[in-house]
Amino acid sequence: MSTPVIPPPKKVNRIGLEVLHYKGSKTTLCAGCGHNSVSERIIECFYELGVSPFDVAKFSGIGCSSKSPAYFLGLSHGFNGVHGRMPAIATGAILANRTLMGVGVTGDGDTASIGIGQFMHLVRRNMPMIYIIENNGVYGLTKGQFSATADIGSTLKGGTPNDLPPFDCCALALKWGATFVARSFSGDKRQLQAVLKTAIAHNGLSVIDVISPCVTFNDHDGSTKSYSYMKEHESVLHELDFVPFYEDLSVEIPEGEVMDVTMHDGSHLRIRKVDKDFDPTDRFGALAALEAAEAKGEVLTGVLYVNTSKPTFLELLNLSDDPVATLPESKVRPSREVLEQVMEELR
Amino acid sequence: MSTLEVSPVEPLSGRPDHSVINDFSIQVATVNGSGSQTANTVLMRSIFQMGIPVSGKNMFPSNIAGLPTWFTIRASKHGYIGRRKEIDFLVAMNPETAREDVMKLDSGAAVVYDEPLKLKELRSDLHFYPVPFDKLVAPVCPEAKLRKLVRNMIYDGIVAWLLSIEMEEVHKALVKQFGKRKAKAADLNWGAARAGFDYAAKTFTKTDPYRVERMNETAGKVIIDGNAACALGSMFAGVTVVTWYPITPSSSLVESLIAYMKRFRIDPESGKATYAIVQAEDELASIGMALGAGWAGARSMTATAGPGISLMSEFIGLGYYAEIPAVIFDVERVGPSTGLPTRTAQGDILKNAVLSHGDTRHPMFFPCSPEECFTMAIDAFDFAEQFQTPVFVMTDLDLGMNNWMADPFPYPEKPIRRGKVLTAEDLENLGGFARYRDVDGDGVGYRTLPGTHHPAAAYFTRGSGHNDKAQYTEREDDYINNMERLSHKFEVMRKHVPEPAVNIASGARIGFIAAGTSDYAVRESCDQLRAEYEIEASYLRLKAYPFTPHVVDFIRRHDRVYVVDQNRDAQLLGLMRLEFDPEIIAKLRSVRYFGGLPLDARTVTDEVVKQEGK
Repeated sequence: MSTPVIPPPKKVNRIGLEVLHYKGSKTTLCAGCGHNSVSERIIECFYELGVSPFDVAKFSGIGCSSKSPAYFLGLSHGFNGVHGRMPAIATGAILANRTLMGVGVTGDGDTASIGIGQFMHLVRRNMPMIYIIENNGVYGLTKGQFSATADIGSTLKGGTPNDLPPFDCCALALKWGATFVARSFSGDKRQLQAVLKTAIAHNGLSVIDVISPCVTFNDHDGSTKSYSYMKEHESVLHELDFVPFYEDLSVEIPEGEVMDVTMHDGSHLRIRKVDKDFDPTDRFGALAALEAAEAKGEVLTGVLYVNTSKPTFLELLNLSDDPVATLPESKVRPSREVLEQVMEELR
Repeated sequence: MSTLEVSPVEPLSGRPDHSVINDFSIQVATVNGSGSQTANTVLMRSIFQMGIPVSGKNMFPSNIAGLPTWFTIRASKHGYIGRRKEIDFLVAMNPETAREDVMKLDSGAAVVYDEPLKLKELRSDLHFYPVPFDKLVAPVCPEAKLRKLVRNMIYDGIVAWLLSIEMEEVHKALVKQFGKRKAKAADLNWGAARAGFDYAAKTFTKTDPYRVERMNETAGKVIIDGNAACALGSMFAGVTVVTWYPITPSSSLVESLIAYMKRFRIDPESGKATYAIVQAEDELASIGMALGAGWAGARSMTATAGPGISLMSEFIGLGYYAEIPAVIFDVERVGPSTGLPTRTAQGDILKNAVLSHGDTRHPMFFPCSPEECFTMAIDAFDFAEQFQTPVFVMTDLDLGMNNWMADPFPYPEKPIRRGKVLTAEDLENLGGFARYRDVDGDGVGYRTLPGTHHPAAAYFTRGSGHNDKAQYTEREDDYINNMERLSHKFEVMRKHVPEPAVNIASGARIGFIAAGTSDYAVRESCDQLRAEYEIEASYLRLKAYPFTPHVVDFIRRHDRVYVVDQNRDAQLLGLMRLEFDPEIIAKLRSVRYFGGLPLDARTVTDEVVKQEGK
């Protein structure tokens, strides 16, 4: 008589879902692509924090990065839009249903070229959503042209140098109104997790610029967005710990060394300072730090800025708490008397 | 003595030998930004309040202040409210254009003018009434800086005396125009109107034949512009997300909507807005937001004009393929860039029908009046959600920005129809769904909204490369199947779009087909053809594209059918050429007007007469 095999209990998160429920379809991106690491971090973070995938909406534009929303959160609705105009689609969808957690994934072509206008206006509106830039300095899907985030002097695979200075998407986001701005590296699992989890907890626009190397077109010696370049030039601002709202803050923090930021949902971001002078609530200090790092040839990563008090666009619009998309007819069609009143005014 | 001149110094004794009652056009020529709009609106409203059918057309430049502008008021006892080419009564206030304006008049017209312009020297076959506006305005408007604005109200008083417009109606119209909050401004303007009236009464002897007489043809009617009517329709359709970018002549559509929504769509319990209206950064964004909102289940809309439509082209193609409802108000106007953005046209018909790349077809609704702006806006929102596709509501500058006499709008009796949307409960019962599968045979799949709490709810939206489960595919058969279903869906729309209004004239060999504001000119032209040339003409007014079978039936019934287009390239006719059989196309003739002014009946009549060889 054999002993029946009892399957080990399935590991579930606080809302009873398995990690499997946070996965998407199989990636079609290149093996080793940084974007796949970002997708994995998204899966982990949403699973670990127990975010309901039914309340998430995924958005993207056009490019390799924009394909990736198909590869995570398969139980969430997704919208692969047109090039550079993901912010508009996401804005419209969130206006329609403000209870959705918007996750936008774009590339540097999407954000820094065709879509820079929409990006800047999303920033200006502080539209509450997560905006991830998978930044590899190159157009992958059209086979290796420079993007507008390519550093001056970096080269294409064939050796052609880039003559123009890059847009720093974090600096743009800082200057014009995003309330959570971070830069990370697809190869830094721990940091990217903490950044993503903070973005999930944040009420406002989170801009996360992830250096995400393109193994096919931009991982060579002339590149400044390669794995090896990042290993040599990344300058980590601080160590990050994310403590979700449903966990106890049991450990006392020694004063002065760790900065504790309480997020909108009651979670905490703990920032253990490496560089003593850096204050992530000082927008212009962050801009100065980016400038200084660029001058030194370093890529600054970490949380550049967090502001938990600025109103979002939805608050400025005085938008109904219930999704306007599904308000009943009684709330959206004024009465017969209203029409009669208006007609009388026009007589 | 051949002159018809009248001067206050030397009044002529001639009295008009006949009267023209309630059937003439007044043109007021002023400088843009001089406050003439108030005076013109009051004048038009006063005639309206006397029960006389009236219409107003503002021909204004793309400019804030300083360039010439003309406002034409037509009073018509027959109820013709289209533009009339001939001007009977000119108010010449603009030194820049006064001479040309006078020279263009037909013999026998009357001219009220600013005395220093010395216009009466120009012609001897007109009735001239010189008015010293500056002398009259000073005593009634002590504040010198306001005089420029108040000055125009003087001609209201002058014209009222000359045309027998009752001053009580002028006063009533003024009060309405300024509202209770601006009583002081109303008083000031009333003083100016009175001064004009008194001056005319004291000074002039009327020699022209034009005057009004009270009728009872406007009781219960309203005065409204088409843009405001579209806005009201949208509000009563239950629009929830409005995204736009300012462009003439559509801006006032959303501006009206903002004003109405603030009054009537704030939830009384929560004090919060039951809608979002967002001025986007450009048209690329405004349509993107509208589609994002439509995808997430909102009743969404945008309003724009031709150049904005061009920018929206790519997104609208995606809306077609991804099958997302949205309503796009296109207030058509002339040309791109700095051109004639303040002149009317119907120049987007062909473009919108097939807008974007790949194979695309889009439904268009063509309202011709404020009432239809209201009812078709409501229909368009239902239609967009029923067929899950962008829908154009095609108006034009003439309809959108001019004031029209209209019947009061009917309250929508049918409940709002949200189309095929599956809830979590539906999914539980069905076990799942395929987003783009034609379950009901109408080509329209079922959709779910993001935020639906069910494991089977989610799907991934993208362009043309999807199978019926919304999965990515580049397979030939999947692509063809999807394209054919979309084509079938468009055929089904044919049975659901608003049907044309058809008037078959007894014994008519010829007919007209027109859409939108061409209606007024065509109806009047039918009467002109009958009265002046004994030509009977039938008339089919299109209310929508795709064309319904009525159109071909109508063409078959007639020897020749004149398709009226307010564009150079006969776009409406061109659209028919794309789908009708050769023997049908062979019967079509074209009447085109593209000068930027609202179409008038005489232009239509002359062209038909020419082509008929009469």
